[in-house]
Amino acid sequence: MLRKFGHVLALLGLVALELVALVSSTLTLLLAFALGMVFLFPPQVRMIRWVTGAARTLVRSSTGMEIEPPYHPPPPPPQPQADGLYRSHRTLYKTPRIPAWNDRWKWMIADPATWRDGLWLLLDPLVKVMLVPLFVLLPSRGLRVYAVWCELLLAATASSRLAGQVNHLSRVRNLAVDSQAAEMRRIERDLHDGAQARLVALGMTLGAAEQLLESDPKAARALMAKAREASAETLTELRRVIRGIHPPVLAERGLGDAVRALAMDSPLRVAVDVDLPHRPEAPVEAAAYFAVSELLANAARHGAAESVMVDISGHGHNLRITVTDDGWGGADPAKGSGLSGIERRLAAFDGVMAINSPPGGPTTVTMELPRVLPEYWAGDLPKLPRWKAAIVVFLWWTAWCPLFPQGLVAGIFKIFDVEEKAWFLALYLPEPWQWPCIAFMIALGTAMYVLAVAIPAMHNRERWMREATPKRPWCS
Amino acid sequence: MVLMTNRVLVAEDLYLLRDGLVHLLQAHGFTVVAAVESGPELLKGLVELRPDVSIVDVRLPPTFTDEGLQAALAAREKVPGLPILVLSQHVEQLYARELLADGSGAIGYLLKDRVFNAEQFVDAVRRVAEGGTVMDPEVIAKLLASNARHEPLAALTPREREVLEAMAEGRSNAAISQRLYLSESAVAKHTAGIFAKLGLAPSDDDNRRVLAVLAYLNSR
Repeated sequence: MLRKFGHVLALLGLVALELVALVSSTLTLLLAFALGMVFLFPPQVRMIRWVTGAARTLVRSSTGMEIEPPYHPPPPPPQPQADGLYRSHRTLYKTPRIPAWNDRWKWMIADPATWRDGLWLLLDPLVKVMLVPLFVLLPSRGLRVYAVWCELLLAATASSRLAGQVNHLSRVRNLAVDSQAAEMRRIERDLHDGAQARLVALGMTLGAAEQLLESDPKAARALMAKAREASAETLTELRRVIRGIHPPVLAERGLGDAVRALAMDSPLRVAVDVDLPHRPEAPVEAAAYFAVSELLANAARHGAAESVMVDISGHGHNLRITVTDDGWGGADPAKGSGLSGIERRLAAFDGVMAINSPPGGPTTVTMELPRVLPEYWAGDLPKLPRWKAAIVVFLWWTAWCPLFPQGLVAGIFKIFDVEEKAWFLALYLPEPWQWPCIAFMIALGTAMYVLAVAIPAMHNRERWMREATPKRPWCS
Repeated sequence: MVLMTNRVLVAEDLYLLRDGLVHLLQAHGFTVVAAVESGPELLKGLVELRPDVSIVDVRLPPTFTDEGLQAALAAREKVPGLPILVLSQHVEQLYARELLADGSGAIGYLLKDRVFNAEQFVDAVRRVAEGGTVMDPEVIAKLLASNARHEPLAALTPREREVLEAMAEGRSNAAISQRLYLSESAVAKHTAGIFAKLGLAPSDDDNRRVLAVLAYLNSR
């Protein structure tokens, strides 16, 4: 209780800051837009964002309600052109200062969140003053109401989330394209140096055999045998390349069996535990497979491990892979390119990797790929709890009764002075109570309909937000 | 011993390879009773015709995954000990273990490359038809490599490992002695040593011997 009052005091204390911010931003807005002192605008926006940030933190610590900041991601620093100059629209600059300022200006002024913040700042002191009685009587309820008010103007909107995602996706796309290009180059090199060279040699051997066929059949026969051996070697080479592109077991059996096959081929003692009721999509499987393969190779090569545990399981939509070995530990993604390679590969799926590898071991690597598993088995779209659903059904079934017969129709009967009382409760009451009763019935019926619509809508709000943003952006 | 009229079924989706296999087998005195190209056809053929030996590709239509392997396993569940030689572009310990799991022998698992050497390939087909077990040297190598660190295989001498490899390929003592340039009695001594170190009672039966070795590797 005391804590609650502490939160309330902190919120009210923030009002002083808000008033300062309000006065100064009114001034700067006037100076910036009336007198053209535009350089005052960005610091003022920063100040307001600082105040709203403090409000978000306070709301979170007092009610636990997370209010996601709605701001568009800041613009990247300007890149120089080939001639070392910086371009902003049709003007070239020698230093990045002015283009960076221009970008920042556009970023702030074009973001609707800037203006919503302003509106919040303007109204917030009023709201707080209005809520003071509630804060005093029922502090926790008051904080809750205040949190809802803050969420109204300070939370992320679907469009700001989308803007953030677009930004994130373009970064991930660059990463994915880069790693794919590197992969292609590797395959090209493998084929060029391996299979292709061997086929050339094979052709030459066969050509020589053809020439010798008449003059020296015995030598020709020996060459043919050599050619056959060479073709077998080429096949082995191709098998190796194919394994590096997409391992056949992965294509044939899926992630679980592919990792089991990997475990069997590993010199280490590997225990594999796979708990996936369905196969994830092929790119996800491949990323997971190569990550596990790389980790097993690392454990054998660097960690001097003897046994490894691989655990693959689905948690809702998320795919989680844990690889634990009993080696020396001390694995560091900054040192080895293998681990950062895995990170790059996982980044394409928003995947993250956590490494816990104290010197002396054991090493545990946990990878999580969010929202990669198909929808149908997670079954986690938040469902209306049964009791709420029952209430909604009850409301839809009964709300007509107070609103129409007991409310509106009784009112009409009363207006036209119909003698018939039928079953209209209000008309049986003494005269002075009749109108209040009819009004109450109409209000009750309306409230019931509103509730019947509002309960599922409130419940679905989070769901709508989630559906407003794409779930698995890499599939069309 | 050479069986002159082995009835063979061939399952392979690539026409050229299927045709080549049929010609190769016919040239070596086999009768090809059916040459099929998809998983369902294969299962039907295996169960209904019960060929003396079948040569099955792992990847077959309609799904182009491990259709052939699944059909082979399903058929051997219905007809235990039905001789099947599985061919594949790549060999996996996982599949080898699945094929060996029922322990009834008459099973083979080879890389497609082995078809290049017609003599050896036909020899392998015959051994499977007679109830033997034929594993590709690459499978054996992988099995041994991944087991190398674990007791008690680590106790084997290099020579004994060579003998074990040859044994796992389905060769008799006589064949091993020829291949490793040893006397037959030396091979017998090595095999006795292997059995002793692996804790297996020696047996006269070539086939049971291989199965025992592979079952041991399998049960790691």
